[in-house]
Amino acid sequence: MSTTLEPPGAAAPATGTPDIRGAAVRRGDRVFVGLSRGAGILILVTMAAIAVFLIWKSIPSLQANTANFFTTSEWSPDAKPVVFGIAALLFGTLMTALIAMLLAVPVGIGIALFIAHYASRRLASTLGFVTDLLAAVPSIIFGMWGIQFLTPQLQGFLQWLTTYFGWIPIFQNDLGIYTRSILIAGIVLAIMVLPTISAISREVFVQTPRTHIEAALALGATRWEMVRMAIFPFARPGMISASMLGLGRALGETIAVALLLSATYEINWHITEPGGITFAANIALKWNEAGTIGLSALVASGLVLFVITLAVNMGARLIIARRSEFSGAN
Amino acid sequence: MAKRIDVTDLDVFYGSFKAVEGVTFSVEPRSVTALIGPSGCGKSTVLRTLNRMHEVIPGAYAEGTVLLDGEDIYGADIDPVNVRRTIGMVFQRPNPFPTMSIKENVLAGLKLDGKKRPKSELEGIVEKSLRGANLWEEVKDRLDRPGAGLSGGQQQRLCIARAIAVEPQVLLMDEPCSALDPISTLAIEDLIEELKERFTIVIVTHNMQQAARVSETTAFFNLAGVGKPGKLVEIASTEMMFSNPTQQATEDYISGRFG
Ligand SMILES: Nc1ncnc2c1ncn2[C@@H]1O[C@H](COP(=O)(O)OP(=O)(O)OP(=O)(O)O)[C@@H](O)[C@H]1O
Ligand SMILES: [Mg+2]
Repeated sequence: MSTTLEPPGAAAPATGTPDIRGAAVRRGDRVFVGLSRGAGILILVTMAAIAVFLIWKSIPSLQANTANFFTTSEWSPDAKPVVFGIAALLFGTLMTALIAMLLAVPVGIGIALFIAHYASRRLASTLGFVTDLLAAVPSIIFGMWGIQFLTPQLQGFLQWLTTYFGWIPIFQNDLGIYTRSILIAGIVLAIMVLPTISAISREVFVQTPRTHIEAALALGATRWEMVRMAIFPFARPGMISASMLGLGRALGETIAVALLLSATYEINWHITEPGGITFAANIALKWNEAGTIGLSALVASGLVLFVITLAVNMGARLIIARRSEFSGAN
Repeated sequence: MAKRIDVTDLDVFYGSFKAVEGVTFSVEPRSVTALIGPSGCGKSTVLRTLNRMHEVIPGAYAEGTVLLDGEDIYGADIDPVNVRRTIGMVFQRPNPFPTMSIKENVLAGLKLDGKKRPKSELEGIVEKSLRGANLWEEVKDRLDRPGAGLSGGQQQRLCIARAIAVEPQVLLMDEPCSALDPISTLAIEDLIEELKERFTIVIVTHNMQQAARVSETTAFFNLAGVGKPGKLVEIASTEMMFSNPTQQATEDYISGRFG
């Protein structure tokens, strides 16, 4: 059989022997490399331009500031003397985002897991559709809903929380008022970032190779053990990315938080009491009434938010990269 | 440790499609039984019903009885999870857990029963299982490296080590050598030879020589026709099957004169 087969290419070189020398010049590859490199550079340049713009615009207010930019809670950049700082903004932003993450990550991953590996096909597609719809609701709607509907609904629960868990400082409430608090803002943010987290996690959960799932089940794993053995390790980078995207949205969310919080510039650890403010909400609320220094101060606070989100993302990459050898990508 | 298996009148369905019909055979403890037959005749399907792994495929179900030492593994009070802990499985494509180290892979099954074991005992089990799978010498210096970093043949032996670490009574192997080179294949065949002292083994293979080399009993499956369910044509001692089969189809298949 093999004797009747011509070696491939033996009949071909009527036009001369094919030459294997010479640099490979393939137009498609070159165009693709050029485009992707260009796009990458463009993104970097844009980021750098944003950073430069933010720094440039913040300088006047930072020079005029008579207080410590990082440790001051007060926000009076247009007063004489100029006093402003990001302490309260930082606290409010991180606290609302933290609460949102604590609630949304487990729930979002739970929903994703249920849709991907527990629910029947019909229930799964309905649920997936509903969570995706949630992502399409504009944030202003969430803000209004949070104030008009959720806040009254939560009163009983928050009172109960204070009564029985008030001994934990953060649940202590000395005012007896349970509206416009960091906790409620965090809960609304959690609902807002839930679809992002669950949609992306679901996407990676269903991509878990069948061979890994079967390997776990054949060892006698229960469904939950299989999830922990095969699905979570495979999906870990995806779950981290999903959470980081959600965190990014929670950190930067503006209008819903601006509506929900009472914009007081103080660090109040009692998260059920009214008060608190975030970077984004502060910028939105103060922009129109700000003077020259006021605008510059808002930009300076925006710069800090920018740096925080960058740091969060790089931290996530580091976590993902740390065990990439074990990622199964090979 | 090893147990016998008795399969009676087994039909297996994928949804409305009947993949296998009327299969009856027995597997003796501490023996190797080879399942052979053309592609699509239902060998993997039958093998999976022996530890209820077919149930993880949506829509798949089996009718008939499978007895493990006289106990019906499809009984109402039987937990499939426990069945799979008793009857281990090795797949065609090596499937170590990619995020786990070699050591963690070997111990993966042991983590499941929730028993706390002292570290020294775990290390003993790792060594014993890897030696059992003929892999110890090759990996003993890199037990904490990822299992996915091994060669295909080594990965398959790692999967065998993982399967035998939990001391199952029966080991099912679905074409364990089909992705391997001749040397790794021989290593695994030697391994099967050793493992049958302790386990009951059922192996699916497309390789006639392999069936002849490793098994005491051979079962030949065939398809009655396209779209028809697969059937067990003949089962007998391997010697009989390869020298003097009673069915013409068996002889044709074994001698390579097959459709
Ligand atoms: N997950 C599945 N869903 C639907 N039908 C299936 C599934 N797996 C197998 N089948 C069908 O069942 C029949 C038997 O398949 P099986 O995989 O058991 O064959 P096999 O003998 O193992 O073949 P091979 O030697 O190619 O591995 C085939 O007709 C196949 O198409
Ligand atoms: Mg098969």
